[in-house]
Amino acid sequence: MVVSTQTDGKSVRQVKVIETSQVTVRFCGDSGDGMQLAGTQMTTASAIFGNDVSTFPDFPAEIRAPAGSLAGVSGFQLNFSSHLLRTPGDRVTALIAMNPAALKTNIADLEPGGILVVNDDAFSKTNLAKAGYDENPLDAAGMSQFKLFRIPIDKLNAKVCESTGLTGRAVSRCRNFFALGLVYWLYGRPMDPTLRWIESKFGGKPVVAEANTLALKGGYYFGETAEMFPVRYVVPKADIPPGRYRRISGNVATALGLITAARLAGKPLFYGSYPITPASDILHELARYKNFDVRTFQAEDEISAICSTLGAAYTGNFAVTGTSGPGIALKSEAIGLAVMTELPLVIVCVQRGGPSTGLPTKTEQADLNQALFGRNGECPVCILAPATPGECFDMAIESFRIATEYMVPVIMLTDGYLANGAEPWRIPDVASLPKIEVKHPAASENGFLPYARDAKLARPWALPGTPGLQHRIGGLEKADGDGNVCYDPENHEHMIHTRQKKVEGIAETIPPTEMFGDDSGELLVVGWGSTYGAITSAVERCRAKGMDVSSIHIRYLYPMPKDIGAILKRFKKVMVPEMNLGQLVQLLRAKFLVDAKGLNKVQGKPFMISDIERGIEDTLNGKAI
Amino acid sequence: MSNDTVQVELKPKDYATDQDVRWCPGCGDYAILAQAKKVLAGLGIPRENLVVVSGIGCSSRFPYYIESYGFHSIHGRAMAIATGVKVANPELSVWVVTGDGDGLSIGGNHLLHTIRRNVDITVLLFNNQIYGLTKGQYSPTSPMGKKTKSSPQGSIDFPLRPLSVAIGAEATFVARTIDVNVKHLGYILERAARHKGTSFIEIYQNCNIFNDGAFEYVTGKDVKDENAVYLEHNKPLIFGKDRDKGIRLNGMKPEIVSLGNGITEDDLLFHDEKAEDPSLAYLLSRMHYPNAPEPMGVFRCVERPTYEDLLMDQIESSRKANGEGDLESLFASGETWTVD
Ligand code: SF4
Repeated sequence: MVVSTQTDGKSVRQVKVIETSQVTVRFCGDSGDGMQLAGTQMTTASAIFGNDVSTFPDFPAEIRAPAGSLAGVSGFQLNFSSHLLRTPGDRVTALIAMNPAALKTNIADLEPGGILVVNDDAFSKTNLAKAGYDENPLDAAGMSQFKLFRIPIDKLNAKVCESTGLTGRAVSRCRNFFALGLVYWLYGRPMDPTLRWIESKFGGKPVVAEANTLALKGGYYFGETAEMFPVRYVVPKADIPPGRYRRISGNVATALGLITAARLAGKPLFYGSYPITPASDILHELARYKNFDVRTFQAEDEISAICSTLGAAYTGNFAVTGTSGPGIALKSEAIGLAVMTELPLVIVCVQRGGPSTGLPTKTEQADLNQALFGRNGECPVCILAPATPGECFDMAIESFRIATEYMVPVIMLTDGYLANGAEPWRIPDVASLPKIEVKHPAASENGFLPYARDAKLARPWALPGTPGLQHRIGGLEKADGDGNVCYDPENHEHMIHTRQKKVEGIAETIPPTEMFGDDSGELLVVGWGSTYGAITSAVERCRAKGMDVSSIHIRYLYPMPKDIGAILKRFKKVMVPEMNLGQLVQLLRAKFLVDAKGLNKVQGKPFMISDIERGIEDTLNGKAI
Repeated sequence: MSNDTVQVELKPKDYATDQDVRWCPGCGDYAILAQAKKVLAGLGIPRENLVVVSGIGCSSRFPYYIESYGFHSIHGRAMAIATGVKVANPELSVWVVTGDGDGLSIGGNHLLHTIRRNVDITVLLFNNQIYGLTKGQYSPTSPMGKKTKSSPQGSIDFPLRPLSVAIGAEATFVARTIDVNVKHLGYILERAARHKGTSFIEIYQNCNIFNDGAFEYVTGKDVKDENAVYLEHNKPLIFGKDRDKGIRLNGMKPEIVSLGNGITEDDLLFHDEKAEDPSLAYLLSRMHYPNAPEPMGVFRCVERPTYEDLLMDQIESSRKANGEGDLESLFASGETWTVD
């Protein structure tokens, strides 16, 4: 603990400064309160300061839910630390609630003793009623367990913005920056990055820029001068690998990876998609980069999205379609056609809560079975799953590598948590990226066998426009070699096996599984997708407590790395945490005959580290999980 | 489609494949295939630049029989696949072959939206008013009361008129022709192939197995001249064996009049396929046997930019504004910081 002296030029007061290794802040308010913006600004400021950061936004499903209502609450959680982070944090250290509805929906996540900053002005009778409170909860006895700061943010903000001449709505739009300024002071965040952002964003509207600047600084100086804050916190810099960084979300990383893959192969990128939460941001992002010869096509429906993509793949573009679970259901038949015609196609599925429309803005991992089995006939499809937002970039490139090398469709499974969660991303050196070599057969006068195969069992990618290679493909069964329609029973069986062998052969060119912990032992935790951060952190904590637990994270779900079976057998117990009812665990049990147990959570929310810690402890203690 | 290289002159037979044609003997599809080959040869479209996409149904076997890059896809989706092909390589000549079930029932949505976007593809919709491949159920164009295997008491579905639908979807080229009228069929195919934008042709096609004679009223020797009126741009609508009848507009209503007795050609409705306003084309698409002779020919042929041209323009203008895409600056977009 350090005691320092703060001065605002007029008065001098003593403020205690406490050093801490990790802080989890959550901003919450109405959808219109600019909570996402406040959160992302603080993320950038913290990253630039030198902390490791991890974030997760929580959007309401309704776009314009009534102001002040529970349904309209939007949140943004930011975790920053002096050590490496893998998740946006379990419990919240500081909650900033802009109205009663935000308080009501978020207070349960604030740790006892945590900091609670509320906009006192918003706790009016009407707003309390909208949130279903009879009494003002701030006056309730339960509040004493928190460090509560009731701040008249509306009034203070209006005051600091007075000189701009702005009034009403225009002023209240800045109050998120007033709150942000206060939190910046509380945690010693630099204001410069946000001031720069205000300048670039509102440069054309000097009055608005001025108001936001005043609000941010006003909040900061309020913290400094108001007697109500006796303590500030510092989170020292983390030991982060050197390099140039930016903040990246899974959806943006996916988009950049797709563009990069096409560039590395010297191909146009075709993206056929129909708007769907939470995948639409990939479409938005790609549509901005037409100068990379990105051809975005907003289709009339999910089926058209994938069929146009298949047409573009056939014609030689790097072709990808993106969607979420309901869209995959509609695309199933066309994925089968891609398997049958053996065309290179990438399908990004950003999973969300299901079934049916389910929880569109919430996260889940319940489309693994659909990706594996959701088609008619024997229809194997390669499935990849990135584990972090940044990894979406690498896996998008890897998806195209596999699709074009093997002439197969590839499904990349991400989820709402990866898609919208963000982390610092070390900007890769372009020269170090893997090349993608694509071959097309040359013009020929001596006939052409569209279903001739190479060593990997891939058929040639013959492009329309190439003289002499005219041929016909389609959904009917093909004779191997010449590709003619063929109803012969032996050929059908041979083709079924060939397609299966081809996809299974992908295992030959994927990396071996990395162990976290030991090579063998008592308990192995097996995860896939976005649970990586929570699982690895939980295993790390449990190991620090001396428990015999290790983990692996499967990024290639089909086919799996060849070493998975052997790894599973080196542990006495296997636990598989998933945000579903146990889809991977079922697969592992069926494929490897291991007595793996599932640890399941289907609340539309990611696992907390503590959820998994508990699962590990219980498993090791022989309790049912 | 561009064709700069010097090509050896292609004959219709050069567009034949080594595949056995498997339509029922006497099926109207044969005539359409023959005319298509003729037109392709006439236009000199190189086989390697030709992509023929189809869905599912009897008509959708077409790609197997045309020497080209053929894609026999899944039910109803040919338009979407063709859109992807054309966008991926606008140099190709892309044709879609579909039917009344494939294109208007299961694939109705794709048909509407492809037409609306004006993707430069040529669409041949074989209308035989029946599901042939699945052995004879009523289709979206079967007349009310049609008795089929799935409607033993008669169909209770109101049929739709494919051309009205296409016009409603903002089509830039709309035409109708008949399988057995091979000269007219060839002419219409050629016009459609030359049009830049989505060309939509409804071809009355006889399914002699499940719906024989459905179009007898416009093909039968004794009746066809009375029941069809052949459209020509800037010409009056005249029909009848002796070309003594015409169509006159009475307000918004077309009526049949006999020429003579003070009624001259100048009183008749003059066809204008280039009219920007689709009302006339729509009105013609509503003329239906037995109330009126059915128009054959080009209903509408107007110019509008194609989807793929507009897209390529955007790519060009984005390159002009932002420079050719560069990965390094792409990665570093937004706020960055350096850790030493
Ligand atoms: S069923 Fe009818 S449409 Fe199909 S091939 Fe036979 S005759 Fe032609």
